[in-house]
Amino acid sequence: MATQSGKDIVYKFYNCRILKNHKIYWDDLWVRDGTILDPQKCFYGEVINPDVKVDCGERLIAAGYIETQINGAYGVDFSDSHAADLHDVERGIMKVAKGLLSHGVTSFCPTLVTSPPAFYQRVVPHIKKREGNSDGAGILGIHLEGPFISKEKKGAHPEQFIVSDLTNGSSSQPSHALEEVYGNEFYSNTAIITMAPELPGALDVIRQLTNMKDIRVSIGHSVGTIKDGEKAVLAGANYITHLFNAMLPFHHRDPGLVGLLTSWKLPKDTEIYYGIIADGIHTHPATMRIAHRTNPNGIILVSDSMCAAGLDTGNYSIGQLSVEVKENKAVLSGTNTLAGSIAFLDQCVRKFYKDTECSLVEAIEAATLHPARLLKIQDRKGTLDFGSDADFIILDDELNIMSTYIAGECVYSGG
Amino acid sequence: MRLVILEDLDGVAEHAAKYIIKQINSFNPSAENHFVLGLPTGSTPLGAYKKLIEYYKAGEVSFKYVTTFNMDEYCEIPRDHPESYHSFMWNNLFKHIDIPAENVNLLDGNAEDLMAECDQYEEKILKAGGIDLFVGGVGVDGHLAFNEPGSSLVSRTRVKTLAKSTVDANKRFFNNDEVQVPKQALTVGVGTIMDARQVMILITGPHKAYALKMAVEEGVSHMWTLSALQQHKKVLFVVDEDATSELRVKTYKYFKSLQDCFKQTSHLEF
Repeated sequence: MATQSGKDIVYKFYNCRILKNHKIYWDDLWVRDGTILDPQKCFYGEVINPDVKVDCGERLIAAGYIETQINGAYGVDFSDSHAADLHDVERGIMKVAKGLLSHGVTSFCPTLVTSPPAFYQRVVPHIKKREGNSDGAGILGIHLEGPFISKEKKGAHPEQFIVSDLTNGSSSQPSHALEEVYGNEFYSNTAIITMAPELPGALDVIRQLTNMKDIRVSIGHSVGTIKDGEKAVLAGANYITHLFNAMLPFHHRDPGLVGLLTSWKLPKDTEIYYGIIADGIHTHPATMRIAHRTNPNGIILVSDSMCAAGLDTGNYSIGQLSVEVKENKAVLSGTNTLAGSIAFLDQCVRKFYKDTECSLVEAIEAATLHPARLLKIQDRKGTLDFGSDADFIILDDELNIMSTYIAGECVYSGG
Repeated sequence: MRLVILEDLDGVAEHAAKYIIKQINSFNPSAENHFVLGLPTGSTPLGAYKKLIEYYKAGEVSFKYVTTFNMDEYCEIPRDHPESYHSFMWNNLFKHIDIPAENVNLLDGNAEDLMAECDQYEEKILKAGGIDLFVGGVGVDGHLAFNEPGSSLVSRTRVKTLAKSTVDANKRFFNNDEVQVPKQALTVGVGTIMDARQVMILITGPHKAYALKMAVEEGVSHMWTLSALQQHKKVLFVVDEDATSELRVKTYKYFKSLQDCFKQTSHLEF
């Protein structure tokens, strides 16, 4: 056998069950140079044996979680326009990226809520995509949630920065509304843009965006009807931002964007995904069950957590907000008004598993396979398929995170 | 020849696994001196492999110094096709035990020059010092490895075209589509198996009963290649009750009584 550098070391994780191809079964996981190997091919083709064997103590191995909507945590608000300088922005992102490792998140989309153009143009170029490592979870691209949203469904977004028109004033010209707000180079750092499909010019912009392969359009913060939703999906949108939240409530004559889960006006092979905040507070368990049972393949769990996630009980002043963390909730100080979610994605998966009584496979795939498919990165993330990145988590049967691996390297061990 | 009759498939599997382990351990293999084991595929050996894995996990045996040679492999299907014998061996035995990849030998049914591949296989067996124990099963038509009826009893490793009945029987593994079923295979010859120092054949089920009868009670014939083993100096048949249903009562009783004697002297236990 040739002498081996670190890159060539073959790891065998054994005595474990793995979640693969929608099933959980006893099998080993072989990893080399950050990639999941086909052990049979190695054994017969390369005639090699594992160099390092890791006993997983009968635990469950699944792909690492992928978080598509997170506004901040640990006192960091990604959209904090008062961040003193850009180093603070980068430091803040990395602080959260590091913290996410203990929650089984191996890659994420830092989410920026509605902000003024100057903020986007200053910050967006500095939130670059990166592969994960022991410094923190990988960044798949920014989720730009706003400012092209409905004022009526603004949620916690600051109304003064909302932009309600995506046309140039002339329908024959391609719109530059996005560049004008986000800056000229937002494309390369962006993964998802949430917008309200009923806004003037939105459908043209959706078409433009989805022709560029790396950006997904999500519809949300919207007063759109089911027809608006269908048009947006036909134009290329494939995600619904935090279903039920910040959209028209389900009505039997016009089910609104919620109706897209069962629309039959869309081609049969349409893949549509929807985010569910499964923190147990923002979406009622019965509501989660309705969505999941209606469209189990589209569900994506998100935390939508805000800056107070990961903070101990107490009062905090974060940006312009005074927030009190108590009883697993974050409220505006002195009130009972929810300031946002403070759950992490692993808690959401556990909550979803318990509240919907779905299978382990369904719960985990809603935070792995589905977001990977949404972002069209399932060939390297979100599964344990041969050739995929070795981003994975080891879980106990209550879905607690025992350890987290990125590119085959243990980046968190606890539990 | 010895014939051991056990209650059912489970008993056959258990006995076969224990026998293999006993042979390996009493050989006391080392880095310089490997135990060389010939291996089959199929449903009967599968049970034995399961037991072997259990005993390996319990620390009863190690395959670190065991070299294996498989009997046969299909041509024209990729090595990692789920029905290939490479896949069978990987999934049902090799991945679960400590056998090093370099100790494992299977015929390459996709080799550019199939005859050269077969000749090299024979050379490899020779170089390994010959096979200490060849484990095998049998087909309904009495075939040993892919040595179908009419095969030369002194044949060596070579390309064989499969009998129509074998292709038909295999259809269930290939979406019931005959086009997908391999029509050719590489197989060790009857002579290759005869050269092994010991042979153990596992036979279970009533559908194999006639093959057992022809192998044990009738003369040596190339129409029942298994019968060639009558001329082997150390061969053991491990069979279940169902597989004995075509034997004469006299034959059955004879081997049963021998088995009782063996039990009393605990030759076969470990």
